[in-house]
Amino acid sequence: MIELRHIYYKVKDGDGEKTILNDINCTFSDDCITAITGQNGSGKSTLTKIIVGIIAPTSGNIFFNGKDITHTSIDERAKMGITYAFQQPITFRGITIKELIDIASKEDNSIPKACEYLSKVGICAKDYINREFDKTLSGGEQKRIELALTLAKKGECVIFDEPEAGIDLWSFDRLNDMFEKNVCYIVVSHQTRLLKRADKILVLENGTVSAYGDSKEIINNLQSYQCRRVGEE
Amino acid sequence: MHLDKISQNLLEKIANLHEILNGAVSFRKNGKGEILRSTQNIEIVKKIDGSGIDIFVHSSCKREACHIPVIVSEEGFYDEVYNDFYIEDGADVVIVAGCGVHSSTQAGHNGIHTFHIGKNANVEYYENHLAIGKGKGKELNPVTIIKLGEGSRMMMETNQLGGVDYSVRDTKAYLKDDSTLEIKEKILTQNFNVAKTKFKVYLQGQNSRCNIISRSVARGESEQVFKSDLIGKNECFGHVECDGIVLENSRIDSIPKVSACSNLASLTHEAAIGKIANEQIIKLMTLGLTEKEAENKIIEGFLK
Repeated sequence: MIELRHIYYKVKDGDGEKTILNDINCTFSDDCITAITGQNGSGKSTLTKIIVGIIAPTSGNIFFNGKDITHTSIDERAKMGITYAFQQPITFRGITIKELIDIASKEDNSIPKACEYLSKVGICAKDYINREFDKTLSGGEQKRIELALTLAKKGECVIFDEPEAGIDLWSFDRLNDMFEKNVCYIVVSHQTRLLKRADKILVLENGTVSAYGDSKEIINNLQSYQCRRVGEE
Repeated sequence: MHLDKISQNLLEKIANLHEILNGAVSFRKNGKGEILRSTQNIEIVKKIDGSGIDIFVHSSCKREACHIPVIVSEEGFYDEVYNDFYIEDGADVVIVAGCGVHSSTQAGHNGIHTFHIGKNANVEYYENHLAIGKGKGKELNPVTIIKLGEGSRMMMETNQLGGVDYSVRDTKAYLKDDSTLEIKEKILTQNFNVAKTKFKVYLQGQNSRCNIISRSVARGESEQVFKSDLIGKNECFGHVECDGIVLENSRIDSIPKVSACSNLASLTHEAAIGKIANEQIIKLMTLGLTEKEAENKIIEGFLK
């Protein structure tokens, strides 16, 4: 379970400062898929990066299973069970997909076992397993491999930043199969199909929570939250 | 032959040898030829003046390996050796060279290698350099001269992966018609190491081709200088690429030069030097590696 208490994030803006996140308070429960949605620039990705530890909040606290992790490093949070799939996958030179799967799962996987993770995201594993995770892969391939890494790493809290971006419909449908029981899922998305799959939805507007609750109720009222891109297919 | 542990360790690292293999071998230790063994296809002969060896690779040689490792483990010893390779037309050989230095005082090795490669021959040449032991002054200065015959190919891979305080690698190559030269260089420097490499390639022949790829990582206070000069004198293709990672207070200078002496020459170069991309470190940290582990993994991949 992730709990955010009075999270603020401000950046310098000329002589003054700009508030990106303004007093965010919410709880992401276990065995629950929470979708974070809102317009571009509303603070969705910033919020998830604060949970993962990539960005430090200006003030406020983050709790993971009751423990204050506000000042805990990215890798320590990862070891505690927070898993993150980037919106734009990060590529490497000279590091193979198999090596990344081994790092994520903390074990030297057999080839068949490593291939299983790739097969689950719909790519022909044997063609990829020893390839470098570099820019010679297409955007869609990178994205699916990024999702495979979250499967390999597992975790008690798994965060996807726009997992549907750049992948085909077939793979998109298989995203549903990735959700397991007893895990706290946080999914940043604009896609109605993913929002419908969520148990709860948090709507951000200009860095503030404008709505938070049961997904059906929120989806019915999305237009009233003035989120132009929300709900677009 | 019995080898002490230091020699065994060095041999394993520079030539991937756990023991002296059967086949063509010249093993030189502290300036003395310890093993000299020829085969039917590869003949190794000591030079009359004792300055090195001549290696004759016959046309009948097909993918046979020849190991010529050098070890310097005597304190203060500085070795210099001249090796000439005569590769006959159509021969196909893998040559594994390399030098390991273990010393706590000044010591080093200059290996001057000249390749005379016949027509339509194929040569794979691996050269690994390593220095271990406390103290400063471990030097390795390889000189390589390559003369590629018509239709021949040479792939040269050099690795200098730590411990060498000072090195100057000087490589010159002359390419005839339809010949191809590929050079892959990897260098890791640390502490106050200085490594300089110079490549000068004359693309003389029609349809001659050269591709040089250098990957380097500089750490600590170390310095590297990479110089390359491709000279196209005919219808030819040449490309040189230097990618470097600079860490801490290190420095890398990359000075690529291309000279087209023919309007049919196609020569390109590219160089990219910088620190490790922060998002790469962050990505690996989200998978559970510490910042240091992430940095090391990225460097390992970069030099792979």
